[in-house]
Amino acid sequence: MDDTIYALSSGALPSGVAIVRISGPHTRDVLFRMAGEIGSNRVAHLRSIRNRNGELIDSGLVLFFPGPSSFTGEDCGELQVHGGRAVVQALLSELGSIQGLRHAEPGEFSRRAFHNGKLDLVEVEGLADLISAETEMQRRLAVEHAQGGMSAVYQGWARRLTHARAMIEAELDFADEDDVPGSVAEAIWGDMASLQIEIAEHIAGARLAEIIRDGLKVVIAGRPNAGKSSLINHLAGRDVAIVTDIAGTTRDVLSVDLSLAGFSVRLYDTAGLRETSEPIEREGIRRARSTLQDADLVLLLSDVPNGFADVTRESEHSKLIRVRTKIDQIDQIWDKADFDIAISTKTGEGIETLLSRISSYLPVLTGKISFSIPSRRRHVDCLNQAVDAIAASLIHSKTGLDIQAEYLRVAGDALGRITGRVDVEELLDVIFSEFCIGK
Amino acid sequence: MTLKYDVVIIGGGHAGCEAASAAARMGARTALLTHRRDTIGVMSCNPAIGGLGKGHLVREIDAMDGLMGRIADAAGIQFRLLNRKKGPAVRGPRTQADRRLYREAMQEAIASIENLDVIEGDAFDLLMNGRQLSGVTLKNGRTISCRTVVLTTGTFLRGLIHLGERKIPAGRMGEEPSLGLSATLERFGLRLGRLKTGTPARLDGRTIDWENVGRQGADDEPVPFSFMTDRINNRQIECGVTRTTAATHKIITDNLGKSAMYSGQIMGVGPRYCPSIEDKIVKFGERDGHQIFLEPEGLDDNTVYPNGISTSLPENIQQEFIRTIPCLEHVVILQPGYAIEYDHVDPRELSSTLEVLKIPGLFLAGQINGTTGYEEAGAQGLVAGLNAALVCGGNDPHVFSRTNSYIGVMIDDLTSRGVSEPYRMFTSRAEYRLSLRADNADVRLTPDAISLGMVSAERQHRFQCWARTFETAKASLMALQVTPNEARKFGFHINQDGQRRSAFELLSYAEHSIGSLARLWPELSAIEPKIAAALEIDATYAVYMEKQAADIANVKREESAEIPEYFDFSILSGLSNELVQKLTLTAPRNLAQVLKVDGMTPAAASLILAYLRRDTVQSVPPKKAIQ
Ligand SMILES: Cc1cc2nc3c(=O)[nH]c(=O)nc-3n(C[C@H](O)[C@H](O)[C@H](O)COP(=O)(O)OP(=O)(O)OC[C@H]3O[C@@H](n4cnc5c(N)ncnc54)[C@H](O)[C@@H]3O)c2cc1C
Ligand SMILES: Nc1nc2c(ncn2[C@@H]2O[C@H](COP(=O)(O)OP(=O)(O)O)[C@@H](O)[C@H]2O)c(=O)[nH]1
Ligand SMILES: [Mg+2]
Repeated sequence: MDDTIYALSSGALPSGVAIVRISGPHTRDVLFRMAGEIGSNRVAHLRSIRNRNGELIDSGLVLFFPGPSSFTGEDCGELQVHGGRAVVQALLSELGSIQGLRHAEPGEFSRRAFHNGKLDLVEVEGLADLISAETEMQRRLAVEHAQGGMSAVYQGWARRLTHARAMIEAELDFADEDDVPGSVAEAIWGDMASLQIEIAEHIAGARLAEIIRDGLKVVIAGRPNAGKSSLINHLAGRDVAIVTDIAGTTRDVLSVDLSLAGFSVRLYDTAGLRETSEPIEREGIRRARSTLQDADLVLLLSDVPNGFADVTRESEHSKLIRVRTKIDQIDQIWDKADFDIAISTKTGEGIETLLSRISSYLPVLTGKISFSIPSRRRHVDCLNQAVDAIAASLIHSKTGLDIQAEYLRVAGDALGRITGRVDVEELLDVIFSEFCIGK
Repeated sequence: MTLKYDVVIIGGGHAGCEAASAAARMGARTALLTHRRDTIGVMSCNPAIGGLGKGHLVREIDAMDGLMGRIADAAGIQFRLLNRKKGPAVRGPRTQADRRLYREAMQEAIASIENLDVIEGDAFDLLMNGRQLSGVTLKNGRTISCRTVVLTTGTFLRGLIHLGERKIPAGRMGEEPSLGLSATLERFGLRLGRLKTGTPARLDGRTIDWENVGRQGADDEPVPFSFMTDRINNRQIECGVTRTTAATHKIITDNLGKSAMYSGQIMGVGPRYCPSIEDKIVKFGERDGHQIFLEPEGLDDNTVYPNGISTSLPENIQQEFIRTIPCLEHVVILQPGYAIEYDHVDPRELSSTLEVLKIPGLFLAGQINGTTGYEEAGAQGLVAGLNAALVCGGNDPHVFSRTNSYIGVMIDDLTSRGVSEPYRMFTSRAEYRLSLRADNADVRLTPDAISLGMVSAERQHRFQCWARTFETAKASLMALQVTPNEARKFGFHINQDGQRRSAFELLSYAEHSIGSLARLWPELSAIEPKIAAALEIDATYAVYMEKQAADIANVKREESAEIPEYFDFSILSGLSNELVQKLTLTAPRNLAQVLKVDGMTPAAASLILAYLRRDTVQSVPPKKAIQ
């Protein structure tokens, strides 16, 4: 870990500003060489940034963060320059030519932070997501987790649960104490009920996280020869599906990932829906139907008027866009009310409109969308266990405090599995700080 | 002439008595070496046995055929089952004990054990033959040779009593401290710590205004501790209840500087759950009063133990503040309260059988391990005595686990995380609390005790009869089935889902009992009340037991990720120096143990986990001591 690493840490180029981050023991030297004396730490300084021959690369903001109070725990630096490709290129190649410096591997900054104990379990997972983030939204979601925003929320919940459990344990373990009123536990149920709601609402956000992580599932369906495979090829910009004028060509479900408005969109091409006795095609149709079941959005294609009717039934639960295809052919007479969008994959007409219509099904990004959402199956599972256990604890109000306490213990363990475990000593600390215990 | 034994127990307190009994029952030639025969079984502090968490320990000692439960039954003068309304898993049997009856019953029990000699004397040093323990030397120069030793010296190691500004070297009031053994333990290189505890003044009951004092009585039907006790024969008494007043608090506040605890004379750490009255007033000054129980120390003893005002203030101030308490205006103090500081050994020096890792053959049990309380001491004594005997016989150790007993919870807590204050049992320490109940201690542990061979024939027979009757009754409850429809005809309201349910399932609903189910199945009324009660509890917890069993299996899998021996924690650059030191000291062998290390943070734990998951883990051989 003695290398000093650098990389472009901001978004795609060209952009208004590009940030190049440096981490490692040589950071201070490098900044001095390229931008002169930096002055106070953690403060932005406007400087001319020059190469080894003293030629100006750009002028920009330079910051220095001494370790261990930095993101990685090592000395870190930032160079904020204009986000032109050539500017960034010049800067990176200058850095690369310095002895002891190398370009960072993907996610290496965060990995160093982890090794230096700067991140917890959720943050570590956020980091893993960060490494694999492909879209801007994935990155933003991961960053929320990697920077501890989510950990803070989970820890807050864990603290409330700990307090509630401590009150119950006070009543169970110190029932004979004068200072513990017989009903301390009662006061916590209100908070547990709201905690249950908060966690449940948070879990609901998992859907958004799933769209961010796995992409919006868009299924292209319709009768054979409607132009489904042609559409997916057109959008993919290459031939992923075989296109022929023979009905029943597509049998398997194919998928292609597109990046749309910062999100990933996963397009599925399916076998055309029709009655057939051909066994392979029938299997294809069965797969098409099951793909339709969990689609976020269905593009229903038809090259003939009233070609939508029988397929509409198949996807009654999903959101649907009726797409009229092959508008370059003018032999069909359509009523405007019978379709939503018209396209031709031959001429490209209508494709932009189709894409912007698909984007409208993506989570709204205007305003600030919160990335305080559970990003992983594992978190959602733990949160579900916690919320179920809290609910069970609330329901068992007549069964006995020991059993209610057991459910809250399960809830506490479940939350603890996300960030870290709660210990009985913590419960006892709360009890002894709130009550005068001891005869 | 030197005496020869398999096991020598040093100390005749609560740990020592159980250790002696366990070792002797295991067939080892055992000696109990203690200062005085007539202080065997003395209760140093308050005259009560059991309570929440502690009652569980007593039931477990009894299930292993130990002494404490039976002795408490013989000496109990105010039985109360705590938390009666809060569910069987957290019920704690407790009794106040007649100090004299307790001591006498214990001495009688000890005297009647075969293979067990009582020797009066002061143990001064341990004899070693190379790395092997070989005997004990007494202060008078005599030696006893033996193969294993169980050290249970309680608060006697460099015991120092504080009474106001006075300091009196003592193990208990009026008894000499034990100085030689502390030096021995230090010589062995064991880490010692200093703890403290305190006790209140003893009052002359004849000078208390009993007319006006509040009262707390015993349960109408006393629940005994021991499986072997059918009924409690002692007369049950009431104790008095009163409170401190503003005047009390003022005197204490004004004189805080004279309290040994607050004048900075005491270095040892005291238990947070047994605070002195000084502590209570400093920390919770805003309370208008603190409750005091006036507990008679015996049926024909005028001494009263005022539970709730332990103190280390000077004698005259004690008298002054106690007399501001309602009904104690004219009270006469028989013996002043005091605080005592003593050495203890860091229990992380011990294995899970309480054997000292560095000195094979030496076992430690009781307050010497940093615990407090008779029950905690007794339970450890049982474990140490049993295992000392197993070692002598060349047998495998017997380890109690967190999943089968409070004993296991306590020993795991002690040996894996050490103590920062005197350790006391609470039910919240047991994560499998619903499974580890006072009512099923016998079912959990007696089968083990039987196979170890440490159970009397009488108990074995009784337990097996009971278990058979219980299992038969349970099987018949499982076999009796009913549809919701039929049940409704008899007035039972259950989900009309067409599902047949067994009588056992019905019993798991809080509203049903064996009595009410007898409407449906008249044959159930033949089940005897004790079995019926056990079946009801068993049914109530059946689903949770299953869940916890699954949980237990899960935990075992998850936490078994192993850390190699001599793992060098200092290579993890993210860990604080303090944590590295602690980890190196405790040398955790798996993630479960890592999580229990004092001061462990999630971030640090995940760091270690990440390292464990890497392909290669570096480890370094132990450093040779170079000085
Ligand atoms: C002042 C005081 C206050 C306490 N307050 C509380 C309380 O509030 N709550 C609570 O739960 N517990 C309290 N305790 C603790 C409780 O009394 C002990 O935890 C319990 O008695 C410990 O049992 P033990 O067997 O470890 O030791 P002990 O009961 O102390 O027995 C030690 C025995 O070892 C013998 N012995 C010691 N040294 C030698 C030697 N060198 N050679 C031979 N024999 C030796 C002694 O004579 C004694 O018989 C208090 C104890 C004291 C002294
Ligand atoms: N003129 C015209 N022909 C198209 C268009 N899209 C698809 N086709 C033709 O329609 C036929 C069936 O197309 P295909 O994509 O395989 O349909 P699928 O069965 O729904 O997948 C092929 O011969 C395509 O060339 C279009 O936009 N315009
Ligand atoms: Mg096709």
